[in-house]
Amino acid sequence: MINIKTFAQVREITGEDSLALPLPDGCSTVSQLKSMLAARSANWQQVLADGVLCAVNQELGDDDSQIKDNDEVAFFPPVTGG
Amino acid sequence: MFAEVTDAALDEQAYNTRLKAKATNAGAIVTFTGLVRDYNNEGGIDGISLEHYPGMTEAAMMKLLEQAKMQFDLRSAGIVHRYGFVGNHEPIVWVGCAASHRKAAFEAAEFVMDMLKKSVPLWKKEHQDGDATWVAAKASDEEAAMKWLNQK
Repeated sequence: MINIKTFAQVREITGEDSLALPLPDGCSTVSQLKSMLAARSANWQQVLADGVLCAVNQELGDDDSQIKDNDEVAFFPPVTGG
Repeated sequence: MFAEVTDAALDEQAYNTRLKAKATNAGAIVTFTGLVRDYNNEGGIDGISLEHYPGMTEAAMMKLLEQAKMQFDLRSAGIVHRYGFVGNHEPIVWVGCAASHRKAAFEAAEFVMDMLKKSVPLWKKEHQDGDATWVAAKASDEEAAMKWLNQK
């Protein structure tokens, strides 16, 4: 399974704050996971096209970051703290 | 060093005392407090709400302090950031940096704030007339962070 979390606009637009999905064979990068999520709904497609950031196991990552079973992958917009 | 998030009012004096106690042999402490402005480009606002990523937010802030410690030879440092609703004029973030000399302490505090705005998972929403709008990331914040990254 892969554990997905969303924050801020990504959470509001997708309406899914966390989900666990089976990780299909051959899905080993953030980029591949994004394609899988984009197929879920038009809302997912929208947020993923929108310069979304990601973190793998709570470390900032990018499209090429490797993912494996039981990882936590988060998607969120550019940060605006401080 | 300490990096924390809280939904309670910030106690700047307590953090300062804590930093001082940890900063053996420091010759300078610079602290920064960020406050909620009561306006944005469109007019008055009624406070903000902050969302964070429990676990990662604290870890990202601690990582930032470790980087600052290395880069500016700090004796100690701390960050405390609010989450949840924060009213107008209330402190939203506190940063403290202790170093042997003032220049390093000043620079480190600026570095921590610039990088926090770019790399720590926190998202702001502004409340206005019963509505709440997500704040867009600013190009000027991006540039401020890039300035430090390009220096290395």
